Parts: sequence; structure tokens; C-alpha cells
Amino acid sequence: MFKPLGDSALLIELGNKIDSVINQRVHSLNALLQNTNGILETVPAYCTLLIHYDSLNFSFHQIKTLVEEKMNQLNKMNQETARRHEVKVRYGNASNSDIEIVASSKNISVADVIQIHSEKEYRIYMMGFTPGFPYMGILDERLEMPRLQTPRTLVQAGSVAIAGSQTGIYPLDSPGGWNIIGWTQLKLFDPESETPFLFSPGDVVKFIPEE
Amino acid sequence: MLKVIDFSGLISFQDLGRKGFQSFGVPVSGAMDWFAQRVANELVGNSKDATVIEIGLGDITFRAKRDCVLAVTGAGFEVQNYVWTFPLWTSFYVRAGWHVQIKKISGGNWAYLAIAGGFDVPQVLGSSSSYSRAGIGSPIHVGDVLQNGKPNGELTKLAARDFPVQKFIQYSQTPTIDVIAGPQRERFDNTFFENEYTLSKSFDRMGYRLEGKEIESNYKSELISEGMTMGSIQITNQGQPIVMMADSPTTGGYPKIANVIRADLPLLAQCESRTSKIQFREISVNEAQDKYRRMMKT
Repeated sequence: MFKPLGDSALLIELGNKIDSVINQRVHSLNALLQNTNGILETVPAYCTLLIHYDSLNFSFHQIKTLVEEKMNQLNKMNQETARRHEVKVRYGNASNSDIEIVASSKNISVADVIQIHSEKEYRIYMMGFTPGFPYMGILDERLEMPRLQTPRTLVQAGSVAIAGSQTGIYPLDSPGGWNIIGWTQLKLFDPESETPFLFSPGDVVKFIPEE
Repeated sequence: MLKVIDFSGLISFQDLGRKGFQSFGVPVSGAMDWFAQRVANELVGNSKDATVIEIGLGDITFRAKRDCVLAVTGAGFEVQNYVWTFPLWTSFYVRAGWHVQIKKISGGNWAYLAIAGGFDVPQVLGSSSSYSRAGIGSPIHVGDVLQNGKPNGELTKLAARDFPVQKFIQYSQTPTIDVIAGPQRERFDNTFFENEYTLSKSFDRMGYRLEGKEIESNYKSELISEGMTMGSIQITNQGQPIVMMADSPTTGGYPKIANVIRADLPLLAQCESRTSKIQFREISVNEAQDKYRRMMKT
């Protein structure tokens, strides 16, 4: 469960599947470990937490012991309330929209795709890939699609997309292999702003269809 | 103050990297060869977090607008003005009006140019390091005049210092690179450790794709994306290793057979495409940390 990732990081495995309970534990542990002496920064993911630590002054075992102590508190801790965001989406209105392909390959209408995608709340399981990219789940099975055979070299910033049991939003113009179903004008990442990131890992997102 | 006359290759500002935003998916960036960067700043009397210019796989020529003290470190480069060749790993005095060229030769990929006082570059998310994929940082153009801060002392005293690099690191194109077993080490046999690999043509600041004997895995289930670091060695579905470098994404979905230790990242960074022969050797976390701490005592 505690594995070294090189000489200055430690990977904590809390499970091995995409699951909201496991991911909630990841984020709770992450919250407990903030501002801990010796821990420089952390990367919560679906079922793991990566700890980057100060290896000049701390050994792997010192950090491991520190984390183990916090994990005992974790089991007693109440789950904190997550921040919630509403994201207005123009479904089908992205450059390169795949929404019709999604509908036809799932034997449902475009309206069904919009309804299914926007009816539930998604948790941000982790952020990665590019600055500010939220990996969210769990997508309804009726919308599960494989990634594109060949990733696009350019996906427009603000594109809302799905792949497997996940949904996400591209914060920047970037390459991408997910199926694009809509577009939002929200700016997820603005490095010049006081609050450069709109979302944090662990937050909850609800999509609102826009005419 | 330096005016950029011409350049080729990958030129960027770098400092110690962008810390504290990996959980939002922001790569750390910073130097490909952290040791060379560190010593470049030291030679000209700068603090460790001063901004330097990283020169990758190309040349740069500039003209000094004022007298200044410079140092160039790294591997695979030479430094010239009209008359002299300046050795790497030394600081030297440059007079206003001089042209200086940092020129790529063989034996490495990356050089670091430090100026006494440090380059004066705006910070984004607490760092001046460039991360061009996301448009973070200040790009460098031909014709730009690069400003610097106030030197930490008299220029004449900062010039003509040298650093005994061989005592700390032996750059080589046939290195043995120490690694620590990765979280998914058990998915693979010993092929990776028993064969030589070389750097492929496909490499950049984000990752080094290696060429060599294919690494098989009989493990069928895919990995759920998780955090990774500079030095993480991912094995693709085609069985080829990719070593993540300074601009590594913060998370990845391929299994990690091993992680290059910090102390040896500079050695790997300077391995050349197609001609290098790299052997990997597994060591313990404690050994790796001892080695890193020794290098930090410069």
C-alpha cells in the first residue's frame, strides 16, 4: 500500500478501482496531510495519493510513519462537504462535436445524451493531463464510449467530453482523444488570476444545458 | 543585459520549477539537468532559485549590452567569442559589446547560462520556468533584450571561478543509471535491467522515449491513472520505456517499472539520441537519498 516512487515521493494505494468511496478517502486523507512538515505537495488521483516529500531531511520511513498516523484519524473523521459548481454547457455546439456519433452508436437520441449527461452530479476524482483538467465520474453506463482511435491534435478550450466512465472539460487548447459533446465558456484555468483554478480535486460539478 | 542575436533549438527560462500546483495538473518544469543549473547560479554568486536560460539541442548568440559575468554549465556545448573559447563550468567576464556564442557540439543535450544577478523574468504561479505547452512563462525571441537583477557582489570578484565538476558527476554516453523499483515493478520481468537502451529520436522536455529490447508484461488489466514524477519510467502498451522528464504531466496511466533517482537525472538528461548506451541498475531508496544528499553538499 505504501510504495516509493523514486527517492522523493511515496505512493499510497487506497484501492484499485474507480469508486466514489475510495476516492472520497483519497481526498479526506489529502486534506489531513496538508501543511504537514516534510510533505511538499500531494497529487490525489482516483484511488491513490502521491506524496512529494523533502528527501533532504526526511527518510521514506519517517514519511510513511507520519502518513500512517494520519490514516488512523481518517477512519474517525466525518466527510467534509465538497464545493459544488454549476457549469452551463452548449451541447453539440463545440467545434468537432461528436454528440451525434455518441447518440447513434448508443442507439439513443441527441436529446437523450444531453439529458443523461446533465442529470447527475459528478465528483472531480483527480486533476491532471494539462493544468486544470478535471477527471470526473461516474458517467452513466448508457454513455460509455471508447476514446477516439486517433486523438485530435487540437481540442478547443472549454470542450466538454466523455471517455469510458469519465467526463471532463479541456481547460486549454490541447490535443485530446475524448468524445466531445459540448462546450462551456467557463475559464477553468487562468494563470494570471488570483484564483488560477476554478475547480479543486474533490469538488462536485453539475452540468446545466444551455440553449 | 544581453541582446539575443540568433538561436536554434529549445531555448527557455528555467528556475527551480513550479511547486505546489501538481494536484491541479500543473507540471513542475525546471531544468532538465538540475545539477548543471544549480552550479551555473553558484558560479556567478546567484541564489539557487535565480532564473537561468536552458539551451537545448541548438546554439544561441547574444551581445552584451553592459559588462556582466556569465557562467555556462552542462554537457555537449562550447562557448566562444571572436577570440577565445571559454570552458564550461567556469564564470567569465564579458564586456559590453562582445558577442558570445554557445554552440552545440557532441556529448550532451542541455546547457545552462547564468548571469550574475539572475535573469529578470515575471513569475507565473510562483515560478519563472517556461512550460510552453500550456503557454506558461515568457518565451525568448531573436532581438529580445534580456534584463538581469543586481549581482551579489563586484563583477570582478564573481568572474574566473571554476567548479570541479568531475568530483560530483561524470557525464557519459554509456552511463549506468540508478533507479528505484516502481509501484508496478512486479508486472515485468528483468528484461529492462539486463539490456542496454538508447534514447530514441523522439524526446523533448516532457519525456525521453527509449529504444531497446521490448519489455513484455503478461498483466492484462490497465492501470488507473495515478501521480508520477520526473524520472518515472512508464512502459507503454507496445513495451517501450518512456522516462518522464522536467515537463512531465503530473499523472499518467501506464505502469511504472522504475524511477530514475534524482542524483542520476542529469546523467540521463545529457544522453544523446541513438548513440548513447544506457544500463539501468536497481538500488534502494536509502542509497539514492544518500547519493542525492552528497550532491547537494556542493
